[in-house]
Amino acid sequence: MEFEWIKIPYSLLTLFIVVNYGLLMTAFIAKIAARVGRRHGIPIYQNYIDLIKNYGLRSSITHGVMFYLGPVFRLSGGVGLLLFVPSIYGSEMFSNLSFAGDLILALYFIFFGTLGMALGAAESGSPHSAIGITRGLSQVTAAELPMALAVFSVALQYETLSITEIVAAQQGSVLNWTLFTNPLAVVAAMMAFLGSMMRPPFDVVLAPQEIPIGPPTEYHSSYLALMQTNRVIFPVAKVVIYTNLFFGGATNWPIFFLKVFLIYMVSAFVGVAFPRFRVEQSIRWFLIWAMPLGILAILLV
Amino acid sequence: MRELLESLTTPYSLTDPVEQRPDLAFVTAGRGQLRPLLMHLRDKEGFTHLVILTAVDWLEEGEFQLTYLLSDRTHGRDIGVRVMIPRDEATMESIHDIWPTAATYQRELREMFGIDFPGSTRLNEDFILEGWADIPPYRRDFDTLKYADETYKQRPGRETRDPAQHMKEQLYPDGK
Amino acid sequence: MKEELEKRIVKGPDGIEFEVEPLRDYYCEAAPTVMPQAYSKIIEGFFNWARAESLWILGFGTGCGAIEMRPLMTPRFDAYRYGVQWRPTPRQSNLFIISGYLSVKTLKRAIRSYEQMQNPKYVIGLGSCTINGGMYWDSYNTIKCLDDYLPVDLYIAGCMPRPEALLAGFEELKKLIRAGKAEGANQYAENFEWYKANQKKVILDWDMPDYNW
Repeated sequence: MEFEWIKIPYSLLTLFIVVNYGLLMTAFIAKIAARVGRRHGIPIYQNYIDLIKNYGLRSSITHGVMFYLGPVFRLSGGVGLLLFVPSIYGSEMFSNLSFAGDLILALYFIFFGTLGMALGAAESGSPHSAIGITRGLSQVTAAELPMALAVFSVALQYETLSITEIVAAQQGSVLNWTLFTNPLAVVAAMMAFLGSMMRPPFDVVLAPQEIPIGPPTEYHSSYLALMQTNRVIFPVAKVVIYTNLFFGGATNWPIFFLKVFLIYMVSAFVGVAFPRFRVEQSIRWFLIWAMPLGILAILLV
Repeated sequence: MRELLESLTTPYSLTDPVEQRPDLAFVTAGRGQLRPLLMHLRDKEGFTHLVILTAVDWLEEGEFQLTYLLSDRTHGRDIGVRVMIPRDEATMESIHDIWPTAATYQRELREMFGIDFPGSTRLNEDFILEGWADIPPYRRDFDTLKYADETYKQRPGRETRDPAQHMKEQLYPDGK
Repeated sequence: MKEELEKRIVKGPDGIEFEVEPLRDYYCEAAPTVMPQAYSKIIEGFFNWARAESLWILGFGTGCGAIEMRPLMTPRFDAYRYGVQWRPTPRQSNLFIISGYLSVKTLKRAIRSYEQMQNPKYVIGLGSCTINGGMYWDSYNTIKCLDDYLPVDLYIAGCMPRPEALLAGFEELKKLIRAGKAEGANQYAENFEWYKANQKKVILDWDMPDYNW
């Protein structure tokens, strides 16, 4: 496919829409979770204010070069994931840079942010960051296994690694979705999804109630704001991959918003219903329940 | 409880047994008798739990009273063993090898009362008062108000009222 | 001074010996500076509004008042409605609530936590004990005037104030921040020597640098 310069502003537009949608959606989900606890929860625009506040702080300190790069890596992980996957199937405007990357690249980007974060947080020297990183990496790795298996299963099923072609194969009827053609892979992937969304029961890494808040312990002001931006982009980007691979993609923005919201709700649903796992519990859970499903999905294809 | 006290009194030469409740009694033991008594209570009588180790400053008598409160969970009863030690050489045998938790209590007593427990773990580390140089604050000859006035700035404008008198004036302003 | 803070020779994993002086090497000693406001009044006002609407509290309960903060997170009072959140690390928080009596040992930790917070930062003194010692006015181990040691923006009187009083206090603090009057961090930097002298007078074993972030 030819590269056209117009793709760059188009991609930025996608990014802009996704950031705003992510900010509102995460606040909305937080509100839903609060309602489950019979609270009112944060105002829907709270995320914007927090962002402005953090960018507006007057002082910030650094612990070295990697400390700067941590949030940048993290953000580029989120943005990269978003941009190399077509947001809207069949739209010239919002297919982003998907011609250049494929599934393997996306898988890599999912992991990239956590690794960058590990480097940055290690530089900060706080022991709590180190604990958070250890927990985070082991949990993400365990969650990534069923995800990778499911993705390979899907790739085998459609005999391609291009996300666009996978989406194309699912068009037509709801029954063409991978959800119905390869349910085992979808179930395994959804289990992995729970693990990587940093919501309960798998949020021991980042939960503010834990004594170490995890990797971002030392991060503040603009660094934290960058990471907050990523916190809203990354889940959406991740859900976009899921929509594309398993739920037939999205052909226009309303369907995109709806599907992303519903898939995100799955993790919120599980989150409000179950208490938090410890790291070793969650790893065991992934290995015992999600992994065999993934292997089975590959074998059946 | 009574049988227990009676069986213990002669071999350990205990004095002043007080049966406060059917499940709570206090006895006074001699300094040298404490360790065999505690071992007996823990191993033979089932008092496996050291609830608290605390001290009382009997300034007028020139003595510290150490109270070892033990609990027997299976029978639901407690016994407090009191030991009187002289105030001017406040030293007591450490029991941290019988109950490891005692080390923390002994550390606290060391800091707050200045009672020495030779051999207890981390005994001389700061517990709450970091860098304290005055006499131990729980000793009754320590004047806490004087110390507070000298060390901290009091905010002016503070009033103190006797609660009973104050309420009386509030509720019955005409003095009836 | 504690053993791990003393100057010593350490042998690295590569076999090279080097000298470590924890107080100098592990902390940044530079004194705080007065941070200027944003160049334009409108932008500063806008930032102040954002700061007021997004108060992140350091989850550090110093005394019995900490128990009054817990109900604020629960359905009955739900402070999240007002943009108030609790953060576990001083780096990310803006508001430090000294909740109740402050013993000298805790004061030391409170100062370290306060100094690690980032510039527009606010302190609320909760309860009578922070104002004049309260019922601990004759205690040998609690400070009596909090504003001698940290720049306090707001006091909430009572023993203990109810969670409603705290909510009202947050609203008052928001007004102060929006009016640009809550400049505690700059006050601290301006009168740094005075604050340090007061702190060192009561903290008897000062085993940390004068300023530690």
